[in-house]
Amino acid sequence: MNPSVDALRATFGNAIGRAAVARDGETVVYVRADGLRDVMQWLRDTPGQAYHYLVDVTAVEHRDRELPLEVVYFLRSLDRRADLRVKVELDADADLTVDSVTPLWSGANWLEREVFDLFGITFRGHPDLRRILMWETYAEGHPLRKDFPLRGRFSRAEQVRQALAANPEAHYSLEELSIADAQDDLPPDMKERLQRGERGKLSRDE
Amino acid sequence: MKHVVETQEIAGQSPNWMLARLDDLVNWARANSLWPMPFGTACCAIEFMATAASRFDFARFGMERQAFSPRQADVLICAGRLPFKLAPVIRRVYDQMPQPKWVISMGACASTGGIFDNYAMVQGIDTVVPVDVYVPGCPPRPEGLLYGVLLLHKKIKGESLGDRALREEHLLDDSGLRLPPDEIETISEPFGNSVHQFRSA
Repeated sequence: MNPSVDALRATFGNAIGRAAVARDGETVVYVRADGLRDVMQWLRDTPGQAYHYLVDVTAVEHRDRELPLEVVYFLRSLDRRADLRVKVELDADADLTVDSVTPLWSGANWLEREVFDLFGITFRGHPDLRRILMWETYAEGHPLRKDFPLRGRFSRAEQVRQALAANPEAHYSLEELSIADAQDDLPPDMKERLQRGERGKLSRDE
Repeated sequence: MKHVVETQEIAGQSPNWMLARLDDLVNWARANSLWPMPFGTACCAIEFMATAASRFDFARFGMERQAFSPRQADVLICAGRLPFKLAPVIRRVYDQMPQPKWVISMGACASTGGIFDNYAMVQGIDTVVPVDVYVPGCPPRPEGLLYGVLLLHKKIKGESLGDRALREEHLLDDSGLRLPPDEIETISEPFGNSVHQFRSA
């Protein structure tokens, strides 16, 4: 069992649910949805924890309808070479909403969009919660949910019609694809390194 | 095609006039210089590349130049599965190709949806663009694709310039469909193993 679990219990008390060691040897700890944001911030910023790297965000819907949906966060501390899996349980009948961790790890942006797209889980505080795999006008629902028919909800002809009506350029906005614009979003230290020519030379900002 | 070209010698000189059916001449030129537009989306594209490379070398059949611009292509080769998200893209690529143009559907997925009988996949690209030759296989070997190309040659050589219907592209209406919906349903029906797949609410 990862010692982070005991540290979490000591700090957050009953916001921390059960914990177990998965079959691959990694520790899984359940966190109450309303405490998620604080727990994640603590895990990232506390010196002894230092889970700086969010490997993946995904979700699970069990075939047993009684069981709640789970949102799974894979955390890794590169410094300490430690892994931790954090899970949040969401009642499928209630509204599927959980706090976004994108403000903590920018890399969660597209991962949470993927979970939203395929499971319909809303991430509160996400800067840009749009579909990412299916096109934005996709109207059939969230394909990885268990109540989603394998071949989709619409007839094949309707699916073809809707697909052809989609504008392929609308999905990939030019801002999304433009590296020049992304440069403005770089953190200052990285900009400074690029200016020095540490990784090639930038023609802009000179 | 028995007589493609007739030449005649006059007064001991080298042939200085020839006679041919315009159809034969034009089709001969078209068939033997097809420029393919590869639309590779999956593993079939790997076999397509093998077909283009030195061992199989479809340049031998006049496909010397692969056109990576639809404006300069004659034959669209869809190599791989086509998700619904790519349907408007292949439609646009097809629309951008100048006539005369042909389409080869390479592999099981492009032709029928293959093993992907699910919510994301077009069940045969013929629901989106007209197809001339279907090459079966998962993926087809390069010999298979070459055979498909030769069949396309044969088809082209049988065409007639006078037959304007061959070059007509019409959509049903503004919806962008080229086939009536019930025909798309028929084409998209599950077959083979996928009739046993039920995973619905």
